Amino acid sequence: MSSRFLNALVLGLTIASSAMAQQAKPPLRICADADNAPYSVRDGSGFDNRIARLLAREIGRKPVFVWARERRGFIREQFNKNACDVLMGVPAGMRSVLTTEPYYRSTYVFVTRAQDRLQPVSFSDPKLNHRRIGLQILEEDLSPPSLPLIRNGHAGQLVGFESFGTHATDILRAVQNRKIDMAVVWGPLAGFYAGRSSGLALTPVAPQVDSGIPFTFALAVGVHKSDSRLQQDLDRAIEARQADIRRILASDHVPLLPLDRSPQGNGGPR
Amino acid sequence: MCRADEPERKVKDVSPILTPATTHGARTVAALLITAGLLAACGCRKQTQEVHSPQPAGTGSMHPYGGTLESDDGQWVRATKDYANTRYSTLDQINQSNVGQLKLAWTFSTGTTRGQEAAPIVANNTMYIVAPWPNTLFALDLTKPGGPLKWKYDPHPSPASKGEACCDWVNRGAVFDSGRIFFNTLDGYTVAVDANDGHQIWKTHLADITKGETITMAPSVIHGKVMVGDSGGEFGVRGWLAALDAGSGKVVWQAYNTGPDKDVLIGPRFKPFYKSDQGVDLGVKTWPPDAWKIGGGSVWGFVAYDPALNLMYYGTSNPGPWNPEVRPGDNKWTAGVWARDPDTGEAVWFYQMSPHDLYDWDGVNENILLDLPVNGQQRKVMIRPDRNGYVYVIDRATGQVLSANPYAYITTTRGVDLQTGQLQHIAEKAPKTGQEVRNVCPPAPGAKDWQPSSFSPRTGLVYIPHEQLCMDVEGVQANYIAGTPYVGAIDRFYPAPGGNMGELDGWDPIAGKPVWKITDKYPMWSGTVATAGDLVFFGTMDGWFKAADARTGNILWQFKTGSGIIGQPVSYKGPDGKQYIAILSGVGGWPGAIVAGNLDARDDTAANGWGSAMRDLKSAAGGTLYVFSLP
Repeated sequence: MSSRFLNALVLGLTIASSAMAQQAKPPLRICADADNAPYSVRDGSGFDNRIARLLAREIGRKPVFVWARERRGFIREQFNKNACDVLMGVPAGMRSVLTTEPYYRSTYVFVTRAQDRLQPVSFSDPKLNHRRIGLQILEEDLSPPSLPLIRNGHAGQLVGFESFGTHATDILRAVQNRKIDMAVVWGPLAGFYAGRSSGLALTPVAPQVDSGIPFTFALAVGVHKSDSRLQQDLDRAIEARQADIRRILASDHVPLLPLDRSPQGNGGPR
Repeated sequence: MCRADEPERKVKDVSPILTPATTHGARTVAALLITAGLLAACGCRKQTQEVHSPQPAGTGSMHPYGGTLESDDGQWVRATKDYANTRYSTLDQINQSNVGQLKLAWTFSTGTTRGQEAAPIVANNTMYIVAPWPNTLFALDLTKPGGPLKWKYDPHPSPASKGEACCDWVNRGAVFDSGRIFFNTLDGYTVAVDANDGHQIWKTHLADITKGETITMAPSVIHGKVMVGDSGGEFGVRGWLAALDAGSGKVVWQAYNTGPDKDVLIGPRFKPFYKSDQGVDLGVKTWPPDAWKIGGGSVWGFVAYDPALNLMYYGTSNPGPWNPEVRPGDNKWTAGVWARDPDTGEAVWFYQMSPHDLYDWDGVNENILLDLPVNGQQRKVMIRPDRNGYVYVIDRATGQVLSANPYAYITTTRGVDLQTGQLQHIAEKAPKTGQEVRNVCPPAPGAKDWQPSSFSPRTGLVYIPHEQLCMDVEGVQANYIAGTPYVGAIDRFYPAPGGNMGELDGWDPIAGKPVWKITDKYPMWSGTVATAGDLVFFGTMDGWFKAADARTGNILWQFKTGSGIIGQPVSYKGPDGKQYIAILSGVGGWPGAIVAGNLDARDDTAANGWGSAMRDLKSAAGGTLYVFSLP
């Protein structure tokens, strides 16, 4: 069989299948938490809800939200049982799913009261000494910035906070109300809260990586491991709608870092 | 059912088979080998397809028990059989010479295919079974052929609780007391139902699943109080044990395992043996600021009770968060064991097996209450095969550790200092985030997880089902939870040297050494029951239910059930006067979640580290009760 004939055949099949897909593209089912502002809210106002709608329309599929608590066991109990097609806000390169190109990168930030003029410049800043420092609890552990804080001798100053649903903003309120002196919080949550209330100062943590543990993350869309077709569609959609995505993120005051497309992404190849 | 004032049964002098040879270490080995040869020759293992010869494994010896045990009415009203947690049945119809003829009598499907960890409860010719979530309670009529369903009670637990449970949707069973059945639901309720007709008497909400709390333990009833604790030490919960009035379901007292003394119910009666447990508000002071509020220390094991001392005993789980670097200090009162007054909840003593736990070593394992000679003196003790790899013998009146001997392969510690009670850590095996640590033994599930041991007064041996595992803590991997990304360390479990992940030890608690060992490829995640027929029954994760000679460890009978076994076998007398052995089959739990949860075993980190170790477990999910008897 000549390779030219093979190419023609493949091309023909591609045209046929994409024509079929045009006819009846199924809705894009998006797993989303009903109560996890600013990422996802039942009324569809979360920034990941809005970005998901944008991407679904870009690939010509109707967005349908499947509301599910994205807590422990969620990927096992829901996503892997095909409750939906995509997950928003997954760290690029996460191994339990297939991830697209990232659509934004953010960072953990120091949160202080602006009037205190306490903004630390790094994890080894002496301004951290003797301060009570809030951190988010993620499953079994405190968030990654706990590690450089411990290495710098601050283990005894750390205070853990619930980081989900209605309790997610407790950590920021605690800084405002002087229950703690400062906090280290994942950027999107901190930006969203600080953007709606006055008096808080946000400073990106530094360094961005300590002993192999990153504090900035590139976020992507997760699809099923067998769904590389959808992955490619979404890659193209993310590329095409970059400006709209940034506009949505900016409206919720999400601190953004330049998207690094190097294979190092989140510390490992895609 | 059994109260302090009931007549006690003397169990002295009931050991006619015991020969002088078996009391001497060196000769024990020879005696075992001869016995094994005789059994093989007599052909009484016809049904046995795959016989593992026990390994003469140490210089322990057998001593008929000199203490007393609760009387046995042939029922099985609580998971642990008696308050001393012996899981010993005096029934002896099924014995070493006829166990080869043991046949399946009847079966019952629970209709759920998650890990079946419950003990069947037998009272008034009825058997009660609690299924994994959705936690249906079944009552089976033992007076009729085949044990038909009498009634069932469905508590309708919240589906959300399935996601909160760390280690499959298990339930460890019910308890019968004064005409009522008490049990717990995964979504945090304790329920009392009428044992005759299954109508609900009360239902009390105790654990909050929105905070990560669930309930999986089998409750215990002491002096009209239902003892219940929470599960979920991994999720930033604050652990507790509550005593509920059996009549009304109202909370009479609740003792937290972290925080100020008043919350822990520490008062003037608290007299811990070791200095490290003495002081004011240690549940606050041994933590960074406020960390005790999310410090873990839940209670999900079995409760023991000594009526003479009027003390109850139970262990507390690992501290949270998992990463020990963020919680400098001893993290009281986690990973330890309590003695409390069951009437008031007052703490009497506490001993911490694993202060500042580094490895997720819960202290929830069973405490078997025995009276044993220690250095020539008769002592009231508890035997506890701990997750950290040592079998502790502890004076149960004072909390003094009398001995702590290793029963598994250990690289993480070098022993327990009996002067201070302190576990001696080996520094280079301590996990540090971002750093690789290899050959950590035992790993997170410990040398033994929840699966309960049994004790036979005829042999004086404790039958300890357990793991032989190690782990590597390697690399970091991106993950996220509800929008917030992080990196976590990867645990990878694998068999300890020897290659077998599971083991059943016939353990001499006086010498602190095994007499024999049975090895199994998979972690031995089922409980055991010892009988007066000198048999020990247990199951394997690939589905074999087996009877071993209690004296030699020789497998005398085995039966292949439909799924892997991680449950609690029981022995009871039916209304027809016959002895029955019952076990639930249905793989799951933490290691079995690979099968029950349909996880991807190609992922080494599936089920929190079990992926690589359990990759080739050829067992299908199931949920069936098997009941055996002689023809």
